Amino acid sequence: MKLALSLTLLTALLALASLMLGYAPLPPKAVLGGLVGAGDPLHVMVMQEIRLPRTALAVLVGAALGLSGAAMQGYLRNPLAEPGLIGVSGSAALGAVIALQTGLAAAFALALPLTALLFALGAVGLILLLAGPRGGSLTLILAGIAVSALAGALTSLALNLSSNPYATFEIVFWMMGSLADRSLSHLALAAPLIALGGAALLTLGRGLDALTLGEDGAQALGISMTSLRLRLLFGTAAAVGAATAVSGAVGFVGLVVPHLLRPLCGARPSRLLWASALGGAAMLLTADIAVRLVLPERDLKLGVVMALIGAPLFLHLIYKTRRAG
Amino acid sequence: MSLLALDQLTVTRGQCPVVDSVSLTVDPGECVGLIGPNGAGKTTLLRAALGLLPHRGRSSLATLSARDRARAAAWLPQSREIAWPVTVETLVALGRLPHDSRAGRVQARAVETALDRMELAAFRHRKATELSGGEQARVLIARALAQDAPLLLADEPVAGLDPASQIFTLQVFEALASEGHAVLVSLHDLTLAARHCTRLVLLDRGRVAADGPPLEVLTEAHLAEVFHLRGHMLETPHGPLLQPLDVLR
Repeated sequence: MKLALSLTLLTALLALASLMLGYAPLPPKAVLGGLVGAGDPLHVMVMQEIRLPRTALAVLVGAALGLSGAAMQGYLRNPLAEPGLIGVSGSAALGAVIALQTGLAAAFALALPLTALLFALGAVGLILLLAGPRGGSLTLILAGIAVSALAGALTSLALNLSSNPYATFEIVFWMMGSLADRSLSHLALAAPLIALGGAALLTLGRGLDALTLGEDGAQALGISMTSLRLRLLFGTAAAVGAATAVSGAVGFVGLVVPHLLRPLCGARPSRLLWASALGGAAMLLTADIAVRLVLPERDLKLGVVMALIGAPLFLHLIYKTRRAG
Repeated sequence: MSLLALDQLTVTRGQCPVVDSVSLTVDPGECVGLIGPNGAGKTTLLRAALGLLPHRGRSSLATLSARDRARAAAWLPQSREIAWPVTVETLVALGRLPHDSRAGRVQARAVETALDRMELAAFRHRKATELSGGEQARVLIARALAQDAPLLLADEPVAGLDPASQIFTLQVFEALASEGHAVLVSLHDLTLAARHCTRLVLLDRGRVAADGPPLEVLTEAHLAEVFHLRGHMLETPHGPLLQPLDVLR
């Protein structure tokens, strides 16, 4: 209870800070007025069409990554698992690259995220085909690794064969991940899918708790592995697919956040689910604030900053585990 | 009414039957020992009886819905898996998952009873993964007891335990049976099986070779034929003692 409250408070404070921050400095009164549509129309425009989508997307994308990371670790009973493991983010990136390469991305506003999303769902279809709906967790990981490798290779191929240096440039930057210049239509595309995927993932609590005893033990406690796996795959595909589609590839959130919060949840997978959603939102907000504070004029990429924050944090955790072990 | 009824249960791996037309019933009050050499099909029989494996023939448990089955039978797998460093109390409470989560007081009492029964009350706030192997085994048994199902299926629950813990575990099973539950437990220690089970089922290459009171099943002929052992059953004032003497080739 205390954990839920403090994480919610932290996320709310960071979201507020994120709203205060932008290219044009606005006084707090203009920020709040602009949000609800009162005051200077220019402020209203800046708040509702630039800062609100950015902040809301940071919350949603962070929550999607944290939640699916916790679900994936719980299902595989491995603290090193992350949502990217089953190839969803790699495939979404491939879709985006193809959209940029073929010029489809310029055709209409949401062409890029839609293609990315389509590829993410395609990846899950392929994994189900490879691993079978009844396959164990090992076949699922192997199928995920195969799909990831294939998506990675095809992405490299697209870059390799690119005749247009500008498209290559754009692809490389897109793959670093960012929340800059996202609009309300990005939010409208991602929000329902992340909500849907998140809802599916939050139903996994009981099953993941039972999996503490292994697959046999969980099944004997009345948990259907087939249903659990399907909800996990579709939840991850919808949430992480949509997140990657609008923000590009942002790593480390799904890996580090559950790891950080696990001791605070008494290691219970069901509690870790919602805690990681809140924690992911807080962490991505922090990174996105850092992006705008550190080198505002150089358009620092979110994925880069996230990795710069995440990697040392992860090293610290490993060091702590080593000492404890 | 019997708690488990198997009728012509058969499991094949490729062409080879691992469990071959096994029919048996387990009634309330019984502590049934499932014995047989390595590879006789004990684990496969238990898992198929629960419906965890594709099979032919009929098992009364496998026909139930997953939730109903979890209320009818608890399962203690041989691999003692504890994936996360949760507290002993949390782990034992997992046994309450199949039951109505709103009945808070009943839930807490079942967990309490299971902890007391396995003498784990002092460990309740310790992390389960930090306990010794034998203590973890006891925690997992408590988890199965907390499920409070009429039938307990246990796959080699005493493997790797010290002698006192082995006897203690089987005494808990005996007590359960005397309270009207039933236990089907696979065992390798034939003396323990003879002393603590009300009935033994002897498996040989997937088939039931014998089924009856311990002394009728553990005959020298069965020991020789199924276990390739020369052994001697001693009738003592302390009950039956089985001493394996030599390997027959």
